[in-house]
Amino acid sequence: MSGLAVHVEGVGLWSPALAGFDALRTRLAGAAVPPPAATPPAQALPATERRRASASVRIAVEAAAQAVAMSGRDAAALACVFASAFGDLATTDELCATLARAPAELSPTRFHLSVHNAPAGYWTIAGGCRASSSAVCAGAASAGAGLLEAAVLACAEARPVLLVCSDIAGRGPLGEIVGCRHDFGAALVLAPTPGARTLARLQLALADPSCTAPSPAIDCTGDMPDNPSAAILPLLTLLAAGRAGVIAMAAAGGLALHVRVEPPA
Amino acid sequence: MAAPMSPIAVRAVTVTSALGRGLEAHRDALERERGGLRPNDASSAPLPCWIGRVDGVDDTPLPATLAGWDSRNNRLAWLGLAQDGFLGQVDAARRRYGAGRVALLLGTSTASIGATEEGYRRLGADGRLPPDLYRPALHTPHSLAGFVAAALELAGPCLTLSTACSSSAKVFASAERLMRLGLADAAVVGGVDSLCDHVLFGFNALELVSPEPCRPFDAARRGISIGEAAGFALLERAEAAPEAPRLVGWGESSDAFHMSTPHPDGLGAELAIRDALARAGREAAQVGYINLHGTASRKNDAMEAALLARLFPPGVRASSTKGYTGHTLGAAGIVEAAFALLAIRDGLVPGNLGADTPDPACGAQFAWRTERRPVDVAMSNSFGFGGNNACLLFASAEAA
Repeated sequence: MSGLAVHVEGVGLWSPALAGFDALRTRLAGAAVPPPAATPPAQALPATERRRASASVRIAVEAAAQAVAMSGRDAAALACVFASAFGDLATTDELCATLARAPAELSPTRFHLSVHNAPAGYWTIAGGCRASSSAVCAGAASAGAGLLEAAVLACAEARPVLLVCSDIAGRGPLGEIVGCRHDFGAALVLAPTPGARTLARLQLALADPSCTAPSPAIDCTGDMPDNPSAAILPLLTLLAAGRAGVIAMAAAGGLALHVRVEPPA
Repeated sequence: MAAPMSPIAVRAVTVTSALGRGLEAHRDALERERGGLRPNDASSAPLPCWIGRVDGVDDTPLPATLAGWDSRNNRLAWLGLAQDGFLGQVDAARRRYGAGRVALLLGTSTASIGATEEGYRRLGADGRLPPDLYRPALHTPHSLAGFVAAALELAGPCLTLSTACSSSAKVFASAERLMRLGLADAAVVGGVDSLCDHVLFGFNALELVSPEPCRPFDAARRGISIGEAAGFALLERAEAAPEAPRLVGWGESSDAFHMSTPHPDGLGAELAIRDALARAGREAAQVGYINLHGTASRKNDAMEAALLARLFPPGVRASSTKGYTGHTLGAAGIVEAAFALLAIRDGLVPGNLGADTPDPACGAQFAWRTERRPVDVAMSNSFGFGGNNACLLFASAEAA
């Protein structure tokens, strides 16, 4: 199958159990990690924006900022791809409830937060980023499809790309039907060429979903099976363990993405 | 600056909007300067404004095998796919390359959220969405691409881009990259957005909706009119379709300024335009027609008129077509790409419908009335909410 390769330079992570990539490493080493704060610090946002931002924006921005800091790259120059299967489930629930009750009372602030590219907008505004930014989804395959989109952008344009995969716990009737019950956000900085900060090379290939790749032989803290963005967690786990391995992710309904993780020699 | 790219063939294109179904209905409307806006009858509660509504969407049921995807947005998608022989073109591409080698990239801002809204209006006693709408895949922003992938029986890379009003322009860029790296041999791109309470009351809350039919670039413009539309294009390698028009460049950028207001000096928009020109290896003066974003909001049109005057010589023709269709949001990119392609195919420069008293900031580039003239190279601008910009550049096969 066709293939492409990118190099991971930074990793970010936020979940109710893990406040960052170091916490994942610590947990994999068998030590206990203290639970993070209730809301992500999202220090990359100016204070006024942080107060206004939704949980969806804060989680995506927190993961993004962690990954970019680790990479040593300038956020202003990084193209970015924000993948989320559901977007801001909490805000959409609130808007749908308002529209059913009193549509003229819709809040402009809530509306602007509900657009799928709200995290991309807040991120590029906060970081002064005028590079290309995107907001994508692909149902249950959103994380894999987002990784493919970001890797293709990095390789085709020969530029580093920030990928963020995040979904938040749903609320109300919408949360009930989509069944996403946990917050999860992760981010990767992907470069087209290896460098001093390369954590691992990722060799990506599209594959028939019937060709299964071995799962990593590590407990990848699979405590959020209902969050589509957490499909990237096995990849993060291999990166945290510094191990080689192959991950299979869904890239589309009938298409798999095989990711071969190769730490530097 | 971006390196020049190899042109991609636009084998087929189709569009359905308030102007009608298919390319010929649109050509006819642009030629006769016949707009498609009407008083709002789409929202669940009264909202005095004008809309671009597609006739007959509710009377277009999905095939029984696809009924699980039923929603107004997907009915509009199905209606759009059925025009201009598009289904047959995709069928031929699927047979030529294999279902796994045809990518599907679609833009939408709200997908089937109209169905979610309806569910909230008639929740069950258990607080859940009603049984007829209890279909989880429908209530995600991927419901459009999920449905179209099933309808077209495609099995390649499949992605929804949802960057508000630039969504279905950016799909061309993503598709070109996939094809350049050999991950697909062809791509179906496009977008669909349908009228729903979210966008009508949402943009109204932002005080961006005009109480009258929108008047892009008019000195007294009062805001946008929201429309709905479906449009699709089939992209293949240039050698596979030697006669077809070409995508010769694309540009993408972010404003880094404000969520709901464009950068006043159009810095992000200018980056996207320069990116597209560089990829196409062309100068601004070589562009024959520019389909402007031209929403009729005070700020977008002021920014874009100044940018046009700054970047393009007077001989370039330019207009907004949102006075015809309304602002079709996530579908605007593909609708206006289709207008750019019509300009090339038919030598048709659409007049900027709705502006009676042009804003003094507008230069000599504006085509206030529809013009007949040969167009070899046409550009389309799409600048979205969140400061998300895209610019597409097309050329005839001879000029590519």
